[in-house]
Amino acid sequence: MSSEEKTLTARDLRVEFGLPGGRVARAVDGVDLDVAPGEIVALAGESGCGKTTLARTLLGLERATGGTVAFDGVPLRYSTRALKAYRRQVQLVLQDPTGALNPRHTVYDAVAEGLRIHKIHDDEPGRVAEALSRAGLRPPEQFFLAYPHELSGGQRQRVVIAGALVLQPSLLVADEPVASLDASVRGEILSLLLRLKEEQGLGALVITHDLGLAWSIADRIAIMYLGRIVEQGPVEQVLTAPRHPYTRALVSVLPAAPAVKAAVAEPIVLAGELPDASKIPGGCRFRPRCQEVASGNAAAVLHQCSGEDLHVLGPEAEPHLVACHLDRALHGDAKMAA
Amino acid sequence: MLLEFKDLRVTYRGSRGRLPAVRGVDLAVDAGETLGIAGESGCGKSTLAMAVLRLLPKSAEVSGEILLDGEDLLQMGWGRLRAVRWTGASIVFQGAMHSLNAVQRIGRQIAEPILVHEAKTTPAAAARRAEALLERVGLPASRARSYPHELSGGQRQRVMIAMALACDPDLVIADEATTALDVMVQAQVLQLIAELVTERGVGLMMISHDLSVLSAVCDRAAVMYAGRIVEQGPAGEVFANARHPYSAALSAAFPVIGDPAARMSPGGLAGDPPDPVRLPEGCSFRPRCAVAVERCGAESPELLAVPVRGSAGVADAARVSACFVAQEGMPVVL
Ligand SMILES: Nc1ncnc2c1ncn2[C@@H]1O[C@H](COP(=O)(O)OP(=O)(O)OP(=O)(O)O)[C@@H](O)[C@H]1O
Ligand SMILES: Nc1ncnc2c1ncn2[C@@H]1O[C@H](COP(=O)(O)OP(=O)(O)O)[C@@H](O)[C@H]1O
Ligand code: SF4
Ligand code: SF4
Ligand SMILES: [Mg+2]
Ligand SMILES: [Mg+2]
Repeated sequence: MSSEEKTLTARDLRVEFGLPGGRVARAVDGVDLDVAPGEIVALAGESGCGKTTLARTLLGLERATGGTVAFDGVPLRYSTRALKAYRRQVQLVLQDPTGALNPRHTVYDAVAEGLRIHKIHDDEPGRVAEALSRAGLRPPEQFFLAYPHELSGGQRQRVVIAGALVLQPSLLVADEPVASLDASVRGEILSLLLRLKEEQGLGALVITHDLGLAWSIADRIAIMYLGRIVEQGPVEQVLTAPRHPYTRALVSVLPAAPAVKAAVAEPIVLAGELPDASKIPGGCRFRPRCQEVASGNAAAVLHQCSGEDLHVLGPEAEPHLVACHLDRALHGDAKMAA
Repeated sequence: MLLEFKDLRVTYRGSRGRLPAVRGVDLAVDAGETLGIAGESGCGKSTLAMAVLRLLPKSAEVSGEILLDGEDLLQMGWGRLRAVRWTGASIVFQGAMHSLNAVQRIGRQIAEPILVHEAKTTPAAAARRAEALLERVGLPASRARSYPHELSGGQRQRVMIAMALACDPDLVIADEATTALDVMVQAQVLQLIAELVTERGVGLMMISHDLSVLSAVCDRAAVMYAGRIVEQGPAGEVFANARHPYSAALSAAFPVIGDPAARMSPGGLAGDPPDPVRLPEGCSFRPRCAVAVERCGAESPELLAVPVRGSAGVADAARVSACFVAQEGMPVVL
């Protein structure tokens, strides 16, 4: 990304939580990520890998214990006023529309809430109508007085999105926006995000554990494992020719086109589960589950796998980045720093 | 045939009057076979599953037959039914992992049905069986001493599968058993289920709203809409080459990675499933159907054999669809 304008950037971002017994959970452990206006970035990884913590930190809802979050080139400040101004630009969309809406508030009140918090009083009905209509609820006036229980799942999620759009942000951060929705409604919401990007230049960070979603709408994808991004790049490259062993395993167990299946070989079902964020293995954090280590393919780099930490630099370094010693040996590049 | 539904109908009586949740379903599952059932929320999948073990509320009126090894479950006395519930057929529900008893060790919970249903088994033998089952589902036997909160969601779901297998049932019903799990954990659990089907010859009825999951695990798939089966056939075929516009839309909602047609084009289906209390005239899918013809508004299509691609218009007995357009051999997507 050449221009920093309206771009959300994270650099070496770290978030630690103290646990009983003096242990420390490193939920986010050195993340570099950019989201520019007009692009959709998918952040994918398994449950507990730190996606929601990262999202909350990008929005200033959680304080970073290290590294920086910046928007439009300006580091995030945490005073109430500064955060309020920031959240007009970068809005959070939560999963589970049923939980996000108050059953006793009309659609109008739900969408107008952001305006009231930000004390924007001029032309409230006009702004609410515009947000609803941008979210695809048309004609908007027909929805003003509806209550959540009178709407379908897809319509409810659109109301939640309208609530975010009403402040005219330049970026959305959406945490699992379709995880609780039915197959049919899913497509409807994803199309909406895509249209907002194409027609209005809205950027979005979409958090998901569903790689199919990334294939449907994202320009770039970042794969997170145990608090860190292990591979990131353009969706076509990362998903059809994955290079990190973890990404390869993820893609291998999904329905994929024959060419992709050929590239990742037979399904690699990883044994075990994501280790605890308070017990991140030294060296490569994926080593205990890495299929290349288990199969002996990584024998030549094994001393590095167990002893050398890996870090993916921000996307400006190179479009497709992989935090793996074996990949580095094979591709002969040294675009990673310890 | 291990399990057979014959014209099963379930109607809930409630404040909104009569709600037909299952409207005449005929299905069969053989031993060692996996049948997948797909469909949106509210289409009647769980009602169908619960009907098998007579777990429906009193407000549900049930008619038709559900034969397990030829014996009609709907006519069974409660004593016989209790025995069948663990040894004949068992269910793993969606979010079942939350239904484990929080204050009882895992091993005890798995051993309990064994002790209840096999009078001759000693507690020590049941405990050993529980440990063996845990190992079978990929957990160390030492986990028998853990409490549920000490396990992750994926591990708890494996415990539920171990419990469902405790009394060696002939039929296992998995209702959205992997829906809440991560891709990799889901793959682990699905692989496990597939191994168990081959190894023990159990019949499996697997319910999910994700047709891609079913196509990976099942031999056959049935797609349900508004209380009826609208398409049935070999699972991979139904997913890749649907012969009902509804199955086609369901498949498109879960894209195949690497498929250029799906790139930057989220598939889906506008609108909602019909309210079961006020079903439309004719085909119940018509209000959302992009390929409807005039006849669809007047007549309700039956489930009939349909021709598939490359068959030169010859209907294939293994593929049935309740769609007039598919029955004519015409494309079901625009
Ligand atoms: N407040 C907290 N205190 C202690 N640990 C926490 C806290 N919040 C999160 N964690 C830990 O940080 C790690 C990352 O959690 P996070 O919620 O960010 O995961 P996630 O990727 O969003 O998972 P999911 O896909 O299940 O939503 C986990 O190990 C979690 O247990
Ligand atoms: N106990 C009940 N009483 C009344 N209606 C019910 C009950 N359970 C389910 N229904 C209705 O029956 C229909 C089918 O529900 P269900 O079998 O749970 O569908 P699915 O499992 O496919 O989501 C829905 O319209 C639902 O609202
Ligand atoms: S660095 Fe080594 S252990 Fe880590 S993913 Fe690469 S090969 Fe596997
Ligand atoms: S019968 Fe008609 S309305 Fe029903 S699915 Fe087929 S084409 Fe569509
Ligand atoms: Mg989360
Ligand atoms: Mg259900």
